[in-house]
Amino acid sequence: MTSLFEYAPAPESRSIVDIAPSYGLFIDGEFVDGTGEPFKTVNPATEEVLTEVSAASEADVDRAVRAARRAFEKTWGPMRPADRGKYLFRIARLLQERAREFAVLESLDNGKPIRESRDVDIPLAAAHFFYHAGWADKLEHAGLGPAPKPLGVAGQVIPWNFPLLMLAWKVAPALATGNTVVLKPAETTPLTALLFAEVCRQADLPPGVVNIVTGAGGTGRAVVEHDDVDKVAFTGSTEVGRSIARAVAGTRKKLTLELGGKAANIVFDDAPIDQAVEGIVQGIFFNQGHVCCAGSRLLVQESIHDEVIASLQRRIGTLRVGDPLDKNTDIGAINSAEQLARIRELSDIGEAEGAQRWQPACELPDRGYWFPPTVFTDVSPAHRIARDEVFGPVLSVLTFRTPDEAVAKANNSTYGLSAGIWSEKGSRILKIADQLRAGVVWANTFNKFDPTSPFGGYKQSGYGREGGRHGLAAYLKGADQ
Amino acid sequence: MIGNDRLAVRKTYKLYVNGAFPRSESGRTYEATDAKGHFLANVAQASRKDARDAVVAARGAFPKWSAATAYNRGQVLYRVAEVMEGRHLQFCEEVAHGEGLSASKARAAVDAAIDRWVWYAGWTDKLAAVLGSANPVAGPYFDFSLPEPTGVVAVLAPQQSSLLGLVSVLAPVLATGSTAVVVTSKDRPIPAVTLAEVLATSDVPGGVVNLLTGDAGELGPWLAEHADVDAIDLTGAPAGRAMELEREAAGTIKRVIRPPATEPDWTADPGLSRMTPFLETKTVWHPMGV
Repeated sequence: MTSLFEYAPAPESRSIVDIAPSYGLFIDGEFVDGTGEPFKTVNPATEEVLTEVSAASEADVDRAVRAARRAFEKTWGPMRPADRGKYLFRIARLLQERAREFAVLESLDNGKPIRESRDVDIPLAAAHFFYHAGWADKLEHAGLGPAPKPLGVAGQVIPWNFPLLMLAWKVAPALATGNTVVLKPAETTPLTALLFAEVCRQADLPPGVVNIVTGAGGTGRAVVEHDDVDKVAFTGSTEVGRSIARAVAGTRKKLTLELGGKAANIVFDDAPIDQAVEGIVQGIFFNQGHVCCAGSRLLVQESIHDEVIASLQRRIGTLRVGDPLDKNTDIGAINSAEQLARIRELSDIGEAEGAQRWQPACELPDRGYWFPPTVFTDVSPAHRIARDEVFGPVLSVLTFRTPDEAVAKANNSTYGLSAGIWSEKGSRILKIADQLRAGVVWANTFNKFDPTSPFGGYKQSGYGREGGRHGLAAYLKGADQ
Repeated sequence: MIGNDRLAVRKTYKLYVNGAFPRSESGRTYEATDAKGHFLANVAQASRKDARDAVVAARGAFPKWSAATAYNRGQVLYRVAEVMEGRHLQFCEEVAHGEGLSASKARAAVDAAIDRWVWYAGWTDKLAAVLGSANPVAGPYFDFSLPEPTGVVAVLAPQQSSLLGLVSVLAPVLATGSTAVVVTSKDRPIPAVTLAEVLATSDVPGGVVNLLTGDAGELGPWLAEHADVDAIDLTGAPAGRAMELEREAAGTIKRVIRPPATEPDWTADPGLSRMTPFLETKTVWHPMGV
């Protein structure tokens, strides 16, 4: 497809970030070397090695947990709640002050477009701290018991798709409720968490309140299985979620899981097509589709199928895939070679099972991990691409004739994280929203997030909520909601 | 039990599945005795197949029960209390025998059990107001969160408190709009069978509650791993088996209530603690504009 507009490159300068040649762990307020095998983190857009990062061994994790326990008992736990809140306000402000630096670093380490890290990830991360800061001295008003008490030490394991934002979703409510934290960032995206450690120092956060242990699965396991951890919070794949639920079985540990999804995005024949197409694009191509709540199953009413697909293809043809630091880029790099391999594998299976693959003509950079925006039509509900989470820029299109069929197909999934509805009819939206078995329903919008708004799944998309009043319960004794 | 010389007509104690009273498909029964070991009845011993049938029934009943208005569910739960009241003497006798309680203690337990239904009946149409929210998001959207039932809940009922304990774990499942598959106290199953007869005559739709007399140790693993069960309450799990059951439940990311170290005091105010684990929170966004 010929491009309507020619764009000159508009790269964001990376000079604002200063990446050290190597990084340690952040334990008890200090950067220390880990005793595990160090690993490299790369820029997925270029395969350039950004830096080398310490891996935390079991012994390192133990040190971090002990530091967190000490801080819980000596400083953070006994502190006046209003002062805990003030620290969180400080952190929120520091994130805002250093937002550009965080955004560039996030795009470098993750591969996401600067437009998204700058306009979504980092502002929302700051907003999460600002929101939760205010809760710190108001917990007795949260409807979670007359004198809610923190659990103690929270072990948190987060994914690579929204590194700093997922950190904020985990750390902010934990600290606001009086817990201390040992957090393991994803192996492929540790850098903004380590920069966050620096923010904690600038905020004069007492040592041990936040500890960051980088590493791979083994480090995460050590965090989850540590005897002195009172709370485990995990965001990631359903497969790992299962193993974590098994690992904490029979312990006192409180667990919340935010796992995979295969969201249905339902477009009715009365929907405003142009807006719906924008929503479909936003639903599946936001963050390269590395979104657990991505609208990866498009359910379109049969009568408008051809019109929607034609319009969708036209729109996808204008998306710009490439340099994440270019301010005009819509779709950045796939986060890792492993993830790219999985996306390719599932897409090939989609074709082999009989679905029709469509991709726009787009030039991909020679180096780095790239996958073009992809639409599969003629998808049946039994196809792997209609059932498995691809976690990439791959949309599967199915059709329906009646609202009942739309609901049945939407709910035909082991997941239940999110869903979308496009219709101009209010009563229909409310009815369908009621019938969908999903934790977040976006009607005439998609992929919107806010710290005041509880987020989390039904079924095998996990349990517990993050955000809002509901999210506090995950970090308080006795409070289940 | 009848004071004249008329020979009593004894009851056959069966399961309660999908609104009917079948025997176990396995043909098995076991002896229920009173607290002193005297024979009370041969009770159906539910099998794995019975448990699976019960899950099918509970799943089938879920769409309608969960979609019933909160007011309607509240009235149904209140109706259970009304019908139980009519069987008060029978329950007192059965609890006294099964649990070895004095008449006054048995009576207190039955009173509390009936009152617990009333308490939960009053909750059905308050949960959304107490647990829901309008969320002030930073943008032109109306955004609200509501509690919704999780689906099919497997309940391993307490082993000691055969009626009050049973009602205390069952009523919250129904109040929140989920449906239940309950394994009753193994050694004290008689009040549960009578409760099934109450439920069958209280406007509780068939399949919403399924009561299996039998061994939680035998049936628990099947329910914990069953892919069409959304949550499991391990309160009555046999000693030392809870960890294994929780691990089984992890395979399908079930919501789990862990068992307390010892059976709780069922007369205490339960608060929301037995309802929130079986509630999901759904958040809905819609743009605002003209």
